[in-house]
Amino acid sequence: MNIKEWIFTTDHKRVGILYLIGSITAFAVAGVMALLMRAELSTIGPTITSNPSNYNVWLYAHGAVMILGFQIPALTGFFANYCIPLMIGAKDVAFPRVNALSVWLFYVGIILAVLTFFIPDPPDVMWTGYPPYSTISTGNTALYTFTVLILGFASIIGGVNFLTTVAYMRAPGLKWGKLNIFVWCTLGAFVLQLIFVPVLGTAVTLISFDKYLGTHFFDPAAGGDVLTYQNLFWFYSHPAVYVIFLPFIGVIYEIVTTFAKNPPFNYKMVVYGGIFGIVGLSGEVWVHHLYTSGMADWIRIGMMVTTLMISVPVGLMVIGLAGTLYKGSITFETPMLYALGVMFLFLIGGLTGIPLAVTSLTVHLSRSYYVVGHFHYVMAVAGTFAIFAGVYYWFPKMTGRMYNERWGKIGFWITFIGTNIVFWTMMDIGVKGMPRRYYDYSHMSQFEGAHQLMTIGAIILGIGFVIALINWIVGAIKGPKAGENPWGSKSLEWTTVSPPPHGNWPSPPVLEEGWSPYAYRRA
Amino acid sequence: MLRRIGASLSLAALSWHAAAADYPAAAAARAIKDPAAGWDHLWHEVLIDITIIGVIFALVMTYFLIRYRRKPGDPKTGSAPKLSPAAAVAWVVIPVFVFLADDLYIAANGWALWNNFRDVPADRMEVRLESGMYSWDYTYPNGVRTQNELRVPAGKAVMLRMTSRDTLHSHWIPDFRVKEDSMPGRITYMWFLPKQPGEHIVTCGAYCGIMHSYMAGKVIVLPAEEFKTWLDQEAARQGVAGKTA
Ligand code: HEM
Ligand SMILES: [Cu+2]
Ligand SMILES: [Cu+2]
Repeated sequence: MNIKEWIFTTDHKRVGILYLIGSITAFAVAGVMALLMRAELSTIGPTITSNPSNYNVWLYAHGAVMILGFQIPALTGFFANYCIPLMIGAKDVAFPRVNALSVWLFYVGIILAVLTFFIPDPPDVMWTGYPPYSTISTGNTALYTFTVLILGFASIIGGVNFLTTVAYMRAPGLKWGKLNIFVWCTLGAFVLQLIFVPVLGTAVTLISFDKYLGTHFFDPAAGGDVLTYQNLFWFYSHPAVYVIFLPFIGVIYEIVTTFAKNPPFNYKMVVYGGIFGIVGLSGEVWVHHLYTSGMADWIRIGMMVTTLMISVPVGLMVIGLAGTLYKGSITFETPMLYALGVMFLFLIGGLTGIPLAVTSLTVHLSRSYYVVGHFHYVMAVAGTFAIFAGVYYWFPKMTGRMYNERWGKIGFWITFIGTNIVFWTMMDIGVKGMPRRYYDYSHMSQFEGAHQLMTIGAIILGIGFVIALINWIVGAIKGPKAGENPWGSKSLEWTTVSPPPHGNWPSPPVLEEGWSPYAYRRA
Repeated sequence: MLRRIGASLSLAALSWHAAAADYPAAAAARAIKDPAAGWDHLWHEVLIDITIIGVIFALVMTYFLIRYRRKPGDPKTGSAPKLSPAAAVAWVVIPVFVFLADDLYIAANGWALWNNFRDVPADRMEVRLESGMYSWDYTYPNGVRTQNELRVPAGKAVMLRMTSRDTLHSHWIPDFRVKEDSMPGRITYMWFLPKQPGEHIVTCGAYCGIMHSYMAGKVIVLPAEEFKTWLDQEAARQGVAGKTA
C-alpha cells in the first residue's frame, strides 16, 4: 500500500476512508476528554486536577471535537463519500479533485484543533463560545475560529460537489424517486450546511475580531449586544443537529431495510414528509436554545410552537422505520443490533426533548444535566451508534473482509448498557437540580453517588467502543473474505466487487425495469 | 404593531430588548398562582404523555422484532404489503393529525404556565441583582445590600431585576423551578413565591468563567416578621435610607 497514493487520491472511496480515519481519531481524542471529565467528577472537590481550567478545556475540546471533528465529518464526509457514488451508480463524484481538497482541509482543521492543546492557555470557552466570556478569557480561541472556518469551507465545497453529483451523475434510468433514503437524507444535510455554515463562520469571526482586533460587536459597553452572538450561533448550530441527524437516520434506513428485507415503509412519506419537513423547519426553531436568555416573550412562545412541530416530520421518519419491520424477514447481525440500538436511544432522546421544547419547563430544565443527557441520547450517542452501525454494515464492502460477529455483538451490548447508565443518570440528576459545565459540585453533595455511577458507566461504554475498534482493525487485516454482497442487499453498492476498484464498475450498471434499491419482494 | 412585526423579521430582532418592565398590571387582580407548583404539574403531565408515546412505539417495535424474526426455513425476503395510494396518504395524515394535536395541547399548557412565570404579582418585593465573577449581589428596595444570600419573607412574591457586570450568569433556584440569565447591557427579570421558611440553593446555570461551579448562594426564607426585623437592622447597620421597604 502506497501512502502517497492515498494522500493524493481522488477516488471517492479512498477520500471517504481518509475521512473515516480522521474522524475516528477525533472521536478517540474527544472520548479521552470525556473519560478525564468523568474521572474528575467521580468525587466531590478536586480529583485528578485541582485547576478548574483543565476541566473546562477538556469540556470545550470534547464538545467541539465530537461535533466538528467526529460526527459531521464521519457522516457527511465518510458516509457521503463512500456511499453516494456507489448508490447512484456513478464512477466517482462530479469534482474528484475538489473532493480531495475537502479532505485535505478537513485534516488541516483537525490538526489545528489538536494544536490547541499545545499552545499556552488553550481555550476554555465551551464549544458554544458565548461572549462576553469568550472575548475576555485568557484562553486563545483564534485556532478554534480557524478550525471552524476551514472545516466549514471543506463542508461547503463538499456540499456543492454532492448536490452536483446526485443531480447529474445518476446511472441511466435511476429516477429521483428511486434514490436510496440515505442519499436523500445526505442531500438534505448538505442543503442545510450550504445555507447555515456561513452564519457560524460569521459568528466565530466576529468573536475573534472582538477579542483580537478590539471591535465591539458583542460588547454592550460600546453599543454591542451579547445576545446577537447567541442568535447567530444557534441559527447555525440548531440546523447542525439535523446535519447530524439526517445522514445517521439515513444509514439506519439502509440497514433496517436490508436486515428486514423489506422496502422502507411509505417511501414518499419518509422523503417528502420526513426529510423535506425537517429541512424546512430546521431554521425556525433556534430560539429554543435561548429560552432563558432574556429574549422577548413573543419569540419564545413562537419558537415553542415550531419546535414542538418538529416532532411531526421526525415522528414520520420513526414510523417509517418501525413500519419497515412489519412482515419482514428479520435477522440480527451486528449492524442491525446497532441500528436497533439507535432506534431505542433516539426514541428516548426524542421524547425527552419534548419537555425542552416547552419554554415554561425550560426555566428549570435548561442548562442542567437533563439537557446534557437528552442531547447525548438524541444526537451524540444515537449518532455514534449509527456511525458504528454503518461502519459495520459497509465494512465487508470497504475491506472485502468480514469482522468477527461474536465480538461485534459483545461490543454492542457492553456499549449499550454503559450508555444507558451514564445518560439516563444525567437526565435524572438534571431534573433534581444539577447544572451542567461544573468542575465541582461541593454545594450539591447529594449527587456524588450518581456521579460515581456515571463514571463507572462511562468506563463500561468506553470498553465496548474499544472492542469495536479492535474488531475492525483485526477484521480488515485478517478477516475471512466477504464476497460482493454478504447481506443480500438490493442496493447498487453491493453489485460491484468488494472492495470496489477505482471507477467502481467496469461499465455503468444497467438498471432493469422495476429496479429499486429496495426491491426485495421480486427476488 | 405592524412595525413591530416588521422590525422583528429583520436582523434587528436578534437584538430585541426583552421588555423587562412589560408585565401586565392586570395580573395584580388575580390571586397569586405559584409557578413552581404549575411547573411540577405540567412536568408530570408531559412526562405521562411522552411515556405513553414511548411505550407504544417500543411495544410495537418489540412485537415486530419477535414476530417477524427469520426462523429456520422462513423465506429470505420480507412480505410487507404494498401500500395503496389511499393507505399511503392516510399514514401521513393521521399521524400528522395526532402529533399536531398533542403538540398544540402541550404548547397551550406551556404557554399558560409561561404567562404565570412572566406575570409578576403586583404585591411583591423587588430586589435588584447584579451578578459578577463570581458572586450574586442583591440590593433591596431600601438600599440594603447582600452578597450570595437573598433573605426573603415567606408568603410574598419576590421579583429579581437582573443584570451582570461582566459575563453571562444564570440565577437558578432549583427548588423554585426558575432561572433566567443575567447579562451585561440588558435587564432581565424573574420571580418566585417562597411559601414557607427554609433555605434553598442558588446555583449558576450559565458558564461564566473558570470558577463557574463555585458560584453558589442561598435563598433564605424567613417568617415575615423576622424578615422585617432583619431588614431594619441591616439598614441601620449599613447606614442606608431605612424603612422604605
Ligand atoms: C461516548 C461517551 C461520551 C461520554 C462519556 C460523554 C460525556 C460527557 C460529559 C461528562 C459532558 C460534560 C458535562 C458537563 O460538565 O456539563 C459532555 C458534554 C458534551 N458532550 Fe459528551 N460524552 C460522550 C460522547 C459524546 C459524543 C459522541 C458527542 C458528539 C456530539 C458528545 C457531545 C458533547 C457535547 C456537545 C457536550 C457539551 C459541551 C459543552 O457543554 O459545551 N459527547 N459529554
Ligand atoms: Cu456565574
Ligand atoms: Cu456560572
